[in-house]
Amino acid sequence: MIVFWSTVGAILAKDLVLEFRNKETITSILSFSLLSLIVLNFALRPTPSLISVVAPGILWVAFTFSGILGLNRAFAVEEDQDAIQGLLLTPASREAIYLGKMLGCLLFMLVAEIILLPIFAVLFDMAPFKPMLMVVMFMATLGFASVGTLFSALAMNTKSREIMLPMLFIPIVVPIIIAAVVGTDLAFKGGGWQEISKWIQLMLVFDLIAVVFCAFGFDYVAED
Amino acid sequence: MDRYDVLRRLLLLTSGIMVVTVLYLIFIWVPTEKNLGVSQRIFYIHVPVAWVGFLAFLFVLIGSVGYLWRRSRGWDQLAYSAAEIGVIFTTLMLMTGVLWAKPVWGVWWTWDPRLTTTLILWLIYVAYLMLRSYGPGGDKGARYAAVMGIAGFIDVPIVYLSIYWWRTVHPQALVGPAARGELDSQMYTVLMVSTITFTILFIYLLMERFSLRKSEDNIEEIKAYASSLSVK
Amino acid sequence: MYVTRDISDTMTAVTAEQKPAVTAVQLTKRYGSRLVLNKLSLTVEWGEFLTVFGLNGSGKTTLIRILATLVKPTSGDLDVATFSAKGNPSNIRREVGVVTHQPLLYRDLTTRENLRFHGKMFAMNNIDLRIERVGDMLGIKSNMQIKVGTLSHGMQKRVAIARAIMHDPSILLLDEPETGLDRDGISMLKKIVAGERGIRTVIMTTHNLDYGLELATRATILSEGSIAYDKQMSAICKDEFREVYSRFTGATN
Repeated sequence: MIVFWSTVGAILAKDLVLEFRNKETITSILSFSLLSLIVLNFALRPTPSLISVVAPGILWVAFTFSGILGLNRAFAVEEDQDAIQGLLLTPASREAIYLGKMLGCLLFMLVAEIILLPIFAVLFDMAPFKPMLMVVMFMATLGFASVGTLFSALAMNTKSREIMLPMLFIPIVVPIIIAAVVGTDLAFKGGGWQEISKWIQLMLVFDLIAVVFCAFGFDYVAED
Repeated sequence: MDRYDVLRRLLLLTSGIMVVTVLYLIFIWVPTEKNLGVSQRIFYIHVPVAWVGFLAFLFVLIGSVGYLWRRSRGWDQLAYSAAEIGVIFTTLMLMTGVLWAKPVWGVWWTWDPRLTTTLILWLIYVAYLMLRSYGPGGDKGARYAAVMGIAGFIDVPIVYLSIYWWRTVHPQALVGPAARGELDSQMYTVLMVSTITFTILFIYLLMERFSLRKSEDNIEEIKAYASSLSVK
Repeated sequence: MYVTRDISDTMTAVTAEQKPAVTAVQLTKRYGSRLVLNKLSLTVEWGEFLTVFGLNGSGKTTLIRILATLVKPTSGDLDVATFSAKGNPSNIRREVGVVTHQPLLYRDLTTRENLRFHGKMFAMNNIDLRIERVGDMLGIKSNMQIKVGTLSHGMQKRVAIARAIMHDPSILLLDEPETGLDRDGISMLKKIVAGERGIRTVIMTTHNLDYGLELATRATILSEGSIAYDKQMSAICKDEFREVYSRFTGATN
């Protein structure tokens, strides 16, 4: 048990150090999010009355597509010098490797999202810093990270991997996208926890199933 | 000619007869629905085809689980064949849905739960097939696809639920072509016959594709060993 | 106090079971219509230094990868370090150290960080102590704080070997370790690998006849996925082997 968690910790620490050194993942997620916000502003031309309707959607389009970018990088770092083989040669359990990578992805995506929020607030004149939104963001990003880490490992060995990851990823996380947008909408409108509870439950169930399934699925993906 | 071949030919014959029969039933025998008119007849194809699209994915699941558990190629061949046929039927469901929606509702598409979930299922099928084409071949590719197949199957009910809830938050006036009112006994009969017909057709196509794929894989194996013999 | 385990310890433990270091029976690996390993059978005893020669495409790398449990064979049985490859592969991985073409290191981490990471992954105790030891053995101590990506190829190779032996495996697998090294690098490699003789069971694939033969206790030639030649070095002389080898490489060219 201790070995399991120390393995997870070692991988997470390693990814954090690597990210801290070259900062590629967080900056690419952040840049792409910002670009998405700008494009969506021109695309939707939100008037002050329209903004409250489209704001949740804008946020989550930005997060979804930039998240995919970030996830692509998750295993790109392992590809360099075939480092993934080094990982697979260790007696570490595949579930531990998965969990370590997944927590790294989760962290990077969350940091980028948190940094983007004030930018979003300024560009669209909104006040998004509500606890409900934080909960929604965390649970949705967890869903993204858990599914995305598995599919990123899968896509790494595929031709056209840039399109394979979104093709695999987006249909599967549709429930998360829907729940995140509805939840964000409720958060912005100052809705009650009662209203949002079933969406939180949906995300919770999704996240639980996703983490368990992907941890064991990773075993099959990492084999050869 | 072994039992498998006999069963296949029997199914071919049966589905051939039934398709002809059901076409007659759909376009000539069953009375026209009073509210929706002649275009409603597409319903007798739309619903069974949708059912088969989902049934096929069940076979993808069975093949995927079977392969990961047993690692014998037959399971993988089953999953792959079922996915190829399933995507065709799902495409038909979407096409018939579109063809029906326009004359009846005036719009090509409604984002109702059933139609949208089928669209997502279609995307999962396509992603599965892309994975098989672009991914590594052999055991590795089969494993990747199996993981995707199982993930997709678990996900679809959750997708349906989330869209259903979303629709109650954002209700839209149109309810989509899958909705139907009362069916009188004749209509019900035709629907049942049509469903059975398409199911048998599906089983037949699955068996054919499965055998074909098995032969393809065997040829690969023979080629590999043959090349080793031609040495020296 | 960390004590290096040498072969005699492992041999005492194993004699009761009488199992060799590696037992491969009818190993076959097929990728689609390409047959890479063809019913290859091989037994390697503890303490042997087996050098495997063969042309590119003969299956050398695939063999190493299968022995390292990175790849599963299409068919056949395999036992490594007394553990069956069909059981929990973690048991095998603990006992095996692998050096491949790629150094398997993270470019942006320092030597020490890379080694520490691998120590953690192997759940080792005394990681720092062990790093000191391999640092001494391989002459990489001066590079401990330097990012691996900036090191020379030869130095990277040393770190890769350090990584491979850090957890004190009983079996060392080397896949064409001389790749990318210049003459000095190769003589350095020769010295290091020679030092492993007797401490670990070594299986090495190579194109280099010189040190390949010099270090080996047993030499084999792999051809089209199976073993075409297999002799103990004590039974033949080097010239004999060179002749056989040139026959294989010449004839199929």
